[in-house]
Amino acid sequence: MAGIPHDHYKPGSKGEKWLHRRLPIVGLLYDTIMLPTPKNLNWMWIWGAVLTFCLALQIITGIVLAMHYTPHVDQAFASVEHIMRNVNGGHMLRYLHANGASLFFIAVYAHIFRGLYYGSYKEPREVTWIIGMLIYVLMMATAFMGYVLPWGQMSFWGATVITGLFGAVPFIGDALQTLLLGGPAVDNATLNRFFSLHYLLPFLIAGLVIVHIWAFHTTGNNNPTGVEVRRGSKEEAEKDTVPFWPYYIIKDVFALAVIMVIFFAVVGFMPNYLGHPDNYIEANPLATPAHIVPEWYFLPFYAILRAFTTDVWVVQIVSFLTGGIIDAKFFGVLAMFGAILVMAIAPWLDTSSVRSARYRPMLKLWFAILVVDFILLMWLGAMPAEEPYASLSLIASAYWFAYFLVILPLLGVLEKPLPQPMTIEEDFNKSHPKEANAGSSPTEVPAE
Amino acid sequence: MINSMFVGKTILNFFVALSLTATFSLAAGGGDNYVKDYKFSFEGPLGSYDQNQLQRGLKVYTEICSACHGLKYVPIRTLGDEGGLGYSEDQVRAYAENYEIFDPELDDYRPAKPTDHFPEVVDAGAPDLSLMAKARAGFHGPMGTGINQFVKGIGGAEYIASLLAGYTGEEKEEFGTVFYENTAYPGRWIAMAPPLYGEDVDFDDGHSNELKYEAMDVAAFLTWAAEPKMMARKHVGFRAVLFLILLSALLYATNKTLWAPIKKRAA
Repeated sequence: MAGIPHDHYKPGSKGEKWLHRRLPIVGLLYDTIMLPTPKNLNWMWIWGAVLTFCLALQIITGIVLAMHYTPHVDQAFASVEHIMRNVNGGHMLRYLHANGASLFFIAVYAHIFRGLYYGSYKEPREVTWIIGMLIYVLMMATAFMGYVLPWGQMSFWGATVITGLFGAVPFIGDALQTLLLGGPAVDNATLNRFFSLHYLLPFLIAGLVIVHIWAFHTTGNNNPTGVEVRRGSKEEAEKDTVPFWPYYIIKDVFALAVIMVIFFAVVGFMPNYLGHPDNYIEANPLATPAHIVPEWYFLPFYAILRAFTTDVWVVQIVSFLTGGIIDAKFFGVLAMFGAILVMAIAPWLDTSSVRSARYRPMLKLWFAILVVDFILLMWLGAMPAEEPYASLSLIASAYWFAYFLVILPLLGVLEKPLPQPMTIEEDFNKSHPKEANAGSSPTEVPAE
Repeated sequence: MINSMFVGKTILNFFVALSLTATFSLAAGGGDNYVKDYKFSFEGPLGSYDQNQLQRGLKVYTEICSACHGLKYVPIRTLGDEGGLGYSEDQVRAYAENYEIFDPELDDYRPAKPTDHFPEVVDAGAPDLSLMAKARAGFHGPMGTGINQFVKGIGGAEYIASLLAGYTGEEKEEFGTVFYENTAYPGRWIAMAPPLYGEDVDFDDGHSNELKYEAMDVAAFLTWAAEPKMMARKHVGFRAVLFLILLSALLYATNKTLWAPIKKRAA
């Protein structure tokens, strides 16, 4: 396997040699956890481990919940109450699973914005980035279908609104929507296929996670400087890196423990804070809730979806040019998926030769605005579709696209980057100066 | 470095803010309703149900609410659960016999047993109350973000108590239905006639039966009905948080020791 030079597994005992000749699985695990990792990673590099934990937590709690849940419109809601009241530890399992989804998304947003800030998506990590985006899309699909399963009011009406989006696709929309729903409207067939897919997708995610890890184990981790690990020889690489075990596993486990303090405080003391009260009312196709609000992690994209209404001139022009094939509704759907797509193609939109925003003074500013923009969109997504929220949504949506389609390409030309350190070792030593009594350090000799 | 630390902090702050603003539960219809922040014993990480209050609330429910509202998800046997009303087995059995249940196997009505659920009441067209305390949010602010729920709680119990004590006495008739003005109800006009006026039930423990207390007691009971395992949950939460703080401290020390030689460049 290509990558940073490091020690490899050598089977010692007779038994190990026997197995290694037949299946080098111990060697694979050894190489995976002994991966040389840049030694200057900061605390934003913990989210990958948190995400892995979340996936495991969701799968384990989910499998047990599935043992007690009934996917039928007449019994789903009652079976969730059965889990909450009669199943041993059922209330904890369900609250862990429901809040686990929120933790999962907090971690994935942190992970994605970390990548955007430090340029982790750039050459040669484009494939890692694209696979990450696929995982994110699958996560959203899984979370959306999972939210339908309790068969509360928000489950039902959220499903109605979101599947309605697919109905907006020209020509094939109706057929597509019917396929998704298993009928003309959200009903028992919908609940059954969502349950089936909600069980399936996490395993696809797990598969993609393995590919994601494989990809960045080939390219090596990015790091806060964006400078690559020296790979001339093993000795050189060792100056820039430490093995993943034990250094980063212990660090990640520590970070995870701190996050778990907060997580268990939420699960134990306020488990319904992140949910919508209406979902404790059983689904009723005859009573539409006053406001249909998706889960918090969908809100930014929901705001983008709703921002493009018929009175927006861009929508009018596009509608006119396409002879009405792209109407306001379909435009909104395209914008919502486009908002994720522009993120996915960021590696080819960013023209700067410098990876990390640490050395990109202008990007730093625009990135900060992007973060604010994301939070603003999240708030707007929960507001009713009226002024001033509609105009604000439009402005905030426009910035989201402008960041990826205009600012990233232009900054590579306009921005004058700051000098970068020659090596990771140089950066690391700057932030960890030798103790006073350790004597003066030899001057660093850049490798390239 | 200072700059990047600043941005790093900003990113962290963003995610803290993100989790704070994460809930945006909006009022069912406009924000013109007033929900009073009643103090309940079960609020906060250490709060617990007041067994006497739950028992008083059950009495209000049984004598008044149950005429129109059911509790179809609540098994009667759970009245004997620890961390809830804590009735003895005999008391629960005696209470169950208050209800007539339709038994499909007998094809007839029979007195309820502890293993039955509270009956569903459909005749009055009134909603089931099993989950009402979790299906309503009393607090939404500021700006619809729901951040104040961090301090005040989600407010289901407060909403119920405010509603029951929130009738102004005004009424109006529209299309043959009488609506009653209520300061806690979103939209102000509610179809439910005032169920409580004060001194409607006599409490066995001699507690005051003013309207405010009756409203609070039944709100507390309905919170228990919606969340019967709250005490067990908080107990687990409390122990988990303490254990994880200790674990974090140990891991912090482990991590620091582990990295010390690397960070000091001891060769």
